[in-house]
Amino acid sequence: MALQNYFSPKTVEEAISLLSQYGDQARVISGGTDFLVQMKRKEPLSNYLISLGGIHELNYIRHDEAKGLRIGALTPIGDIAGSPLVCRQFSILAQAAGMLGTPAIRNQATLGGNLCNAAPSADTAPPLLVLGAKAKIAGAGGERIVPIDNFFVGPGQTILERSHMLIEIQIPDLQPHSGGAYLKQKRREGADIAVVGVAALVVMEREILKDVRIALGAVAPTPVRARKAEGILRGKKLDLQLLEETCWAACDESMPIDDIRGSADYRRKLVAALTKRAVTQAVLQEQRE
Amino acid sequence: MPDFITLHVNGMTCEAKASATATLADVLREELGLTGTKILCNEGECGACTVLINGRPMLSCMMLAADVQGKEILTIEGLADPHTGDLHPIQKAFVELSGMQCGVCTPGMILSAKALLDGNPSPSEDDVRKALSGNLCRCGNYRRITECVLTAAEKMKTEAKHE
Repeated sequence: MALQNYFSPKTVEEAISLLSQYGDQARVISGGTDFLVQMKRKEPLSNYLISLGGIHELNYIRHDEAKGLRIGALTPIGDIAGSPLVCRQFSILAQAAGMLGTPAIRNQATLGGNLCNAAPSADTAPPLLVLGAKAKIAGAGGERIVPIDNFFVGPGQTILERSHMLIEIQIPDLQPHSGGAYLKQKRREGADIAVVGVAALVVMEREILKDVRIALGAVAPTPVRARKAEGILRGKKLDLQLLEETCWAACDESMPIDDIRGSADYRRKLVAALTKRAVTQAVLQEQRE
Repeated sequence: MPDFITLHVNGMTCEAKASATATLADVLREELGLTGTKILCNEGECGACTVLINGRPMLSCMMLAADVQGKEILTIEGLADPHTGDLHPIQKAFVELSGMQCGVCTPGMILSAKALLDGNPSPSEDDVRKALSGNLCRCGNYRRITECVLTAAEKMKTEAKHE
């Protein structure tokens, strides 16, 4: 592939026009950290490369009371992990961002790239699922907004059509008395992909769990909510018996595979263990607030 | 037909031959002769190829050279004082306190450490370990490397006071 087949658009408009023209035959990248691994494994290359890293208008973290948190798709993961605003008000997302890859990878990799690469293990996905995030997508026909729950289709697959691009993630403000936690099992401290990732978000009303949301990473074809598990705790007072039931329900909802990072059986056990810890930590975090 | 890209490396503007899929690490080493940047795992796991892009550590084996056109690239060759040739305090600490054994991880370690100290002149030991968590040393020299960075931080603070 010669350099004449490389495009580096500087605006969303320019990117969409390139996508409309070459979308079918183009690979779209942002930070490039997933693409380069695939390229070096000699996976077949597309005819064209559209590199979005130069679209500075999509690199931002903004917050206002009406719209909540909005993060541009090309914001580096490290900026999200280090943002005082995200750490303070959306700590579960900051936690997950801070666990992705290594410091150098986090400087390169972007939120949009992590989501569009659509690995079942994508660290930012479980927090966004429990936070009720939405994805803003742009294309030649205009913009649309979809819940993040509908964004992932399968391993490496999203609802994005070839001429569309993810431009923003929107996260509503948390309800009062919320607490959250993201836990990730990995084989070493730096640079590892999640063996299992679990995000939990709780909203408390005195001792009652008014709302509970649990999302699982790396144990199904896409990151998924564990809705049956959530239902067991919702509206109840937290006790050990119920928590056990919740964990095993989450475990039943997972569909892990065997791979180099862990067996399916090990992953199922991790889902139970991490769900228990994540829910407990979420409740403790709310109590500390 | 080869294509050319323009890179800003260590304060200089260079033209280099590169295809669209050439990595920055390959262009630095093969086209510009800057072999201080090491390629070890070549898949983003080890940090040996770390360079600073606009002051931030990034993996040169995991980025396209074409993508960093217009950005400031700093490799280990650009770290010494360009006027006096004096080594950077982190480099001096590595020499004086034996921060390297085989030396292959050293350029990446030093550049990750530089980015840390530029942003945080008084890091704790834990800060150093976290900042270097993406840089593997197969000789297992982590304890000394951490010491070197902490010593360099102290020296830099003292030097800054004298100036």
